[in-house]
Amino acid sequence: MQNVCPVLNALAQNPWTGGVPWGKLCAMPHDTDDHGHSHSLLPSDPALRVKALESLLVQKGLIDPAALDEIIDTYENRIGPKNGAQVVAKAWSDPAFCARLMEDATAVVSELGFYGRQGENVVAVQNTADLHNMVVCTLCSCYPWPLLGIPPGWYKSDAYRARVVREPRKVLAEFGVLLPQEKAVRVWDSTAEIRYLVIPERPIGTESMDENALAALVSRDSMIGCGLVSAP
Amino acid sequence: MSRVHDMGGRFGDGAVVPEPEDEIFHEDWHGRALAVTLAAGFLGQWNIDVSRHTRECLAPMDYAGFSYYEKWMAGLADMLVAQGVVTAEEMAGQVEPTVSDLAARKRDAAEVPAVLATGGPADRASDIAATFQPGDRVVARRLAQNTLVAGGHTRLPGYAAGARGRIVRLHGSHVLPDSNAHGLGEAPEPLYAVAFPASELWAQPEHPRDEVVLDLWQSYLSRA
Repeated sequence: MQNVCPVLNALAQNPWTGGVPWGKLCAMPHDTDDHGHSHSLLPSDPALRVKALESLLVQKGLIDPAALDEIIDTYENRIGPKNGAQVVAKAWSDPAFCARLMEDATAVVSELGFYGRQGENVVAVQNTADLHNMVVCTLCSCYPWPLLGIPPGWYKSDAYRARVVREPRKVLAEFGVLLPQEKAVRVWDSTAEIRYLVIPERPIGTESMDENALAALVSRDSMIGCGLVSAP
Repeated sequence: MSRVHDMGGRFGDGAVVPEPEDEIFHEDWHGRALAVTLAAGFLGQWNIDVSRHTRECLAPMDYAGFSYYEKWMAGLADMLVAQGVVTAEEMAGQVEPTVSDLAARKRDAAEVPAVLATGGPADRASDIAATFQPGDRVVARRLAQNTLVAGGHTRLPGYAAGARGRIVRLHGSHVLPDSNAHGLGEAPEPLYAVAFPASELWAQPEHPRDEVVLDLWQSYLSRA
């Protein structure tokens, strides 16, 4: 096994291995490859890089450009925070639905047609007078796609990932939200395949509103825990 | 501390900048980058843990300098070559690409909605019984490192390593990323939501009652 790394190549000649190639002694998967970064073979300009990858994969018969258009259209026009807002409005309007949502959100959102990629296991967490929930993924950018769509730029930013677990209240202030001292903050770091949906507090003064009208009030940021919902 | 992606709690980053809901892709190529990555994933040559680990293996300078979708592109290129889907010569544009043996796995536009709606659930049956109950006191592994593979993938962030918390929820059994990212099998085991007081994680917590909850596998935890 010829290795691209000169250090490992030298080790492969090492008499201490008794003639067994080093690569066989420490073969994958018990090693990680920090040496070869094939992406450096592509153009560095990101737009050109995407074009190069797309045309290469099309030439190899592996992807269909029309399928790419379909994926983009899905997340630009069909799957987005309106789905999550519908769940929140229903939870506000129907106590039995809310109870089932808190018990088994995956089953409940599936019934509404909101199961799918990056939303295979969903847990709903409810804001109350005493508790404010927020969601992050510090290790990458996990997010409940079928309920909220593609994560916003700030959710994927280093600043949000690094800071919200340590200073959630300062981050909230950057969204214009000031929490009272009596309210505790619970930040959910999405380290596994569980996707969290925050059910914000229903604003006072919306008692006569129906589900559709309520859903129109619910912002994406409020379902991540970075906003509050206000009455119109 | 595992790798550059493990940034929870880090100091030195600037303000978080909110943006309007209708800004979905900031550049035309962002949507294309997302779509190429998803469509290549449909070929079934890697799992989500492999793809996360590949991005985490970017050189720290690249990881820090690349935007979100640049990381996706770099990770995709690295996986395509590592898994033998594309040769380095094809990637470099040095040879005319040949049609792949995997071409039969290509999904067309009509199949996309069903593939996206199917997803890839990670919950599995497991022989490993849950040893903790909600309310139990636990301590997270002292080192946020993969115990199977040096420098390997793990989902225990450095900031929670060695911290004491309490179980708030059992999520059932889930694929273990530390194993699944390295071709060592899915190795499903119980997964829990574990709450850590902010005062256990940070020298200057903002508020005495604040908490951070992480989803952690049973093998990351021991009884406190």
